[in-house]
Amino acid sequence: MSDKIKISIRNLYKIFGANPEDALNRVYGGTTKSELLEQNGHVLGLRDINVDMREGEITVIMGLSGSGKSTLIRHLNRLIEPTAGEIDIDGEDVLAYGEEKLRQLRRETMSMVFQKFALLPHRTVVYNAGTTLQVRGVPKQEFVVEAQKWLQRVGLQGFGEHYPHQLSGGMQQRVGIARALTSNSPIMLMDEAFSALDPLIRTDMQDLLLELQTELHKTIVFITHDLDEALKLADHLVILKDGYIVQQGEPQHILLNPNDPYIEDFVSDINRARVLKVRSIMTPLDGNPVPPGAHGEVDYDNTLESMIALSGGDTSHSYIVMKDGAAVGTLDMTELVRALVPRVASEAGARKY
Amino acid sequence: MSWGYFVVATYDFVFDGLGLRDWCDAGNTGSATMSMADLLAQSGAREVSSIWNLPFPSLDELNKACAQIVQTRDVTKGVENGFLAMKDALRFVLDPLTQPLSWILESTLSLFEVTPWWIMLPLLMVVVYFASKSMRLVAFVIACLAFLAFIDHYDYAMQTLAIIFVCAFLCVLLGVPIGIAMSRSDRLQRMTIPVLDMLQTLPPFVYLIPLIFLFSVTEPKLYGIAIILYAIVPVIRLTDLGIRLVDKDVIEAADSFGMTSRQKLFGVQIPLALPNIMAGVNQTIMMSLAMVVIASLVSAPGLGVLVLRGIRNLELGVGLISGLGIVLLAIILDRVTKAALDRVNAAQKH
Repeated sequence: MSDKIKISIRNLYKIFGANPEDALNRVYGGTTKSELLEQNGHVLGLRDINVDMREGEITVIMGLSGSGKSTLIRHLNRLIEPTAGEIDIDGEDVLAYGEEKLRQLRRETMSMVFQKFALLPHRTVVYNAGTTLQVRGVPKQEFVVEAQKWLQRVGLQGFGEHYPHQLSGGMQQRVGIARALTSNSPIMLMDEAFSALDPLIRTDMQDLLLELQTELHKTIVFITHDLDEALKLADHLVILKDGYIVQQGEPQHILLNPNDPYIEDFVSDINRARVLKVRSIMTPLDGNPVPPGAHGEVDYDNTLESMIALSGGDTSHSYIVMKDGAAVGTLDMTELVRALVPRVASEAGARKY
Repeated sequence: MSWGYFVVATYDFVFDGLGLRDWCDAGNTGSATMSMADLLAQSGAREVSSIWNLPFPSLDELNKACAQIVQTRDVTKGVENGFLAMKDALRFVLDPLTQPLSWILESTLSLFEVTPWWIMLPLLMVVVYFASKSMRLVAFVIACLAFLAFIDHYDYAMQTLAIIFVCAFLCVLLGVPIGIAMSRSDRLQRMTIPVLDMLQTLPPFVYLIPLIFLFSVTEPKLYGIAIILYAIVPVIRLTDLGIRLVDKDVIEAADSFGMTSRQKLFGVQIPLALPNIMAGVNQTIMMSLAMVVIASLVSAPGLGVLVLRGIRNLELGVGLISGLGIVLLAIILDRVTKAALDRVNAAQKH
């Protein structure tokens, strides 16, 4: 992971309607989404979006349906044109691109995975996986080799000559991922890529994605409406609601410090023991000596669930937290149990959104 | 009374009331052309006028009251004269444009005629096999054609088939691009659909009337144009529909991978619209067959000629047997194109 910012979105606005320019001025003047719809008949899709996506990280954009997350991801490759704002990729403003440069961006810099797979039904799996190279004019014998390689990598060896309809949903999405990987682009856009799959397959696919990511270090933008999925995958989590960003940051941080009742309500349903990690709740050593009497050493990235199993449920235990072989903090099991209770129980009923 | 006949016109009062009587009578005294009905009315008893048999104020009725008003027959005459006046100009443009159609039809007809049956039948078997990949269908087709040949209808059937081949092929050649253009432009679609509706609802005989005036009845292009105009509609409609129905998600994916609109058209839209396009081709072929029978009125050769002979000379047997031949051809063409369609469908289930 580097600190280089790969994609930077600045003050992005999107308004759907007949006269977005006029509506935009009203939004600048403070009109809300519902007022705009009532008074102008325009839909405020995105409002003042600012996100930095780092190279090699998975940025998850989470929100319920209608929150504008699919609209947002389509701005990155300009399947949807913004009303105002700036999108920089590798420091270049893609909104200034002409047709030819945009096509090149879509072919070489970005590849996309879709919720409904969007495979070509009349082409074999290997041809589908090779589509991203084929559009660039790569001859068949070359893109087939590359496609086979990635199909194998996502666990579909031997299925190359099948047609998409002969595969299950999970396998079809593997083809979708292989297709995106074949393009060898540094950025992958995943639009609710696993939402159409059943839960077990979804978990498999999430594991596959994380496994691929440890190896490939792509910049991934992942859209989901599922908080568990978001917390599992995200290096950087962006939570959208009604077209604006409610909160963004490190997922563990958001989970422990929700800044909005909407998010509190969201995170109150989460299995915190499985999501929270030792590093998020430990007491840092900050140069102090390791206190005596610890019951053992545990890894920095362990989940709380594994800690409860390790301690056998005994809250009197405490552990030393290790990172890369060095002690970085201590963990008190009482502390851990306290962290499992959401800061504010959801009684406000933010679910009505 | 100053006009020629003594039936008092119902609408006299209108012109009298408006003070137009002088204008009506000016320069014309009773020379309006009379129809047979008028003559009969003249000789018969004078009608009792009552509100129950008040005639609609049509041109003919008004003409009775005022000779300055034209009769309906003058209107049809006017249309005819207008068309005849345009005819030479139209012909000057259309004749050379459509001449290749005559050549294609003539050469295909003679090709089908000179090819001996023992080459033609196996050739058709091969074509049917490659379209349908079904030996049962090949056997069925051959049985039908052998039956037609056995009752000495082979030559007629081949003529009909030749005309259908040419016309359906040209329909696809012209119709698919028109359909594609329509699917890409809402404006073109709005403009084209009324024309297609008209072509589809106009009785087939009506096509023939202006064509007879434009071209000589002995030219094959006369019936070629009539068949193509009649049969091209479904292939245009279904190509347009098929491309518009292509899954939006797949189109979006194609865009996201940076396909050019050309790559998208040939790599995604046309292949995915193919089941609909093929359904259009099937309809087009069936409609060509329907029209080729009617076109025998304007010298199209084939089984239709025999049907026509059956009607004209009241030769019941000739008419019925050739009708059966047409049914057999229809079944063959329908089954073969449907089998090809099913193969396309099977290849791209979702």
